[in-house]
Amino acid sequence: MTALPETTERKLGLVIDLDTCVGCHACVTACKGWNTQNYGAPLGDDDAYGAAPSGAFLNRIHSFEVQPDEGAAQTVHFPKSCLHCDDAPCVTVCPTGASYKRVEDGIVLVNETDCIGCGLCAWACPYGAREMDPIEGVMKKCTLCVDRIYNEALPEEDRVPACVRTCPAGARHFGDLADPDSDVSQLVAARGGMDLMPEQETKPVNKYLPPRPRDEIDVLAPFLERVDEGPKGFLGWLDRALERL
Amino acid sequence: MHPAPSLIFFSTLSGLGLGLLAFLGLGLAPTEGLTGLIFFALAFALTGAGLLSSTLHLGHPERALKAFTQWRTSWLSREAWVAVAALSVMGLYALLAMPGLRLAPLGWLGALLCLGTVGSTAMIYAQLKTVPRWHQPTTPLLFLGYAITAGALLSGRVSWTVVLLIVMAALQVLAWRRGDAALAKSGTTTGTATGLGGRGRVRLFEPPHTGGNYLTREMVFRVGRKHRVTLRTLVLILAFALPALLLLLPFSHWLAAIAVVSHVVGMLAQRWLFFAEAEHAVGLYYGQSAA
Repeated sequence: MTALPETTERKLGLVIDLDTCVGCHACVTACKGWNTQNYGAPLGDDDAYGAAPSGAFLNRIHSFEVQPDEGAAQTVHFPKSCLHCDDAPCVTVCPTGASYKRVEDGIVLVNETDCIGCGLCAWACPYGAREMDPIEGVMKKCTLCVDRIYNEALPEEDRVPACVRTCPAGARHFGDLADPDSDVSQLVAARGGMDLMPEQETKPVNKYLPPRPRDEIDVLAPFLERVDEGPKGFLGWLDRALERL
Repeated sequence: MHPAPSLIFFSTLSGLGLGLLAFLGLGLAPTEGLTGLIFFALAFALTGAGLLSSTLHLGHPERALKAFTQWRTSWLSREAWVAVAALSVMGLYALLAMPGLRLAPLGWLGALLCLGTVGSTAMIYAQLKTVPRWHQPTTPLLFLGYAITAGALLSGRVSWTVVLLIVMAALQVLAWRRGDAALAKSGTTTGTATGLGGRGRVRLFEPPHTGGNYLTREMVFRVGRKHRVTLRTLVLILAFALPALLLLLPFSHWLAAIAVVSHVVGMLAQRWLFFAEAEHAVGLYYGQSAA
């Protein structure tokens, strides 16, 4: 059913720390790997070993430059995947009911055996979170690794999305954003987590933590005791001796 | 947005066919005998060709019947229902009307359903907040207006057609003007897309990959400013000015035929622009700017 649930019992999602992400693309590779070998049709590639390879990915890293009015520009690596919106426009436009939002945990999924590959859901998503599989002709999107997070065959530490498990910088966090006491909710509260394109009124579940300001000098710094930066030992003697000449 | 030929032909042909069917349903075009047969055949052929063409862009056309299930929320599903209803009612109406038994209320219902189909098609585009150029009241007005104009033109209502052509030219210019300002007015920028807008000017420094992908091919399409002006001028001449001029001359079937061909070519150019000019919000993640 493509009608959205009024509320969901939980809101599972990601919190992505733009301050910590180093733009290594490890999450992209982990996501592609897991989702090619597990739930649903493998994530397809067109001309994978040819001159113009192109494939479906559920997670991609963009890098942006932010130039403030004053001061140096800053590079921000920006991972982007499905935000599992509360008011997901991709779900309501689906004519077949293949797209749905789960009542129990809020995950937005595609039932691939019902998808006709019309592409309208990809048009309805402002974030570019949905990509048509070039081989299967069905719509692919982030499943929040629904086949990992509840999978009791996996060790407990692996029951998180593949992107979160693999991130070497610890820039990706997974949890229940409906629970104000969860680690992710507290992180969002402490760091001022934000929505992407709030004006599109999609009410995304995933939150982004803004980068911390760079090169901030403590106001008390000028009053601190000076650290002697002069050379010591033999070089110090030489320095003093030469100065006396 | 990528101007897919299947969608351009679908919306143009089905608009022409459904417009003519609506006029036949209202009894504003000949419905009886051989003339009736020719008119109905033309209308059904155009609509049918358009609807078939729309299935060409599906990844799994064999599952198309599933598209009838979600009419509660999806305009695409509603379009499927209304289209089938329109063709069924108009089919029955045609079978009765050609031998001379024209059931007027059945025709009115059919005409309403035909325009409903065009309206549903337009709403598929107009509902998308992600494409500010389409998310305007002018979108359904344009689609309905083009269908009604085509109906008048194809059923030979000369004076109606001339008036409609003038009104539609004005509406089209209005839609372009509003559309050009729509993305900037929507408030969606690279700044809101990344949440970094409050810190300074945000610019794409490095895309996620060196090649294109489904998103860039489908939704990040740029039309050169020069082509935009040329094509818009062509639309105004071919779709409106030339047909109006030809219809104002003393009537001949040849001139009318040229007017129809000119209007249809103009409509195809208009639909190409409708897709090609439309900026999708996702373009902001790929270096398009809101300016």
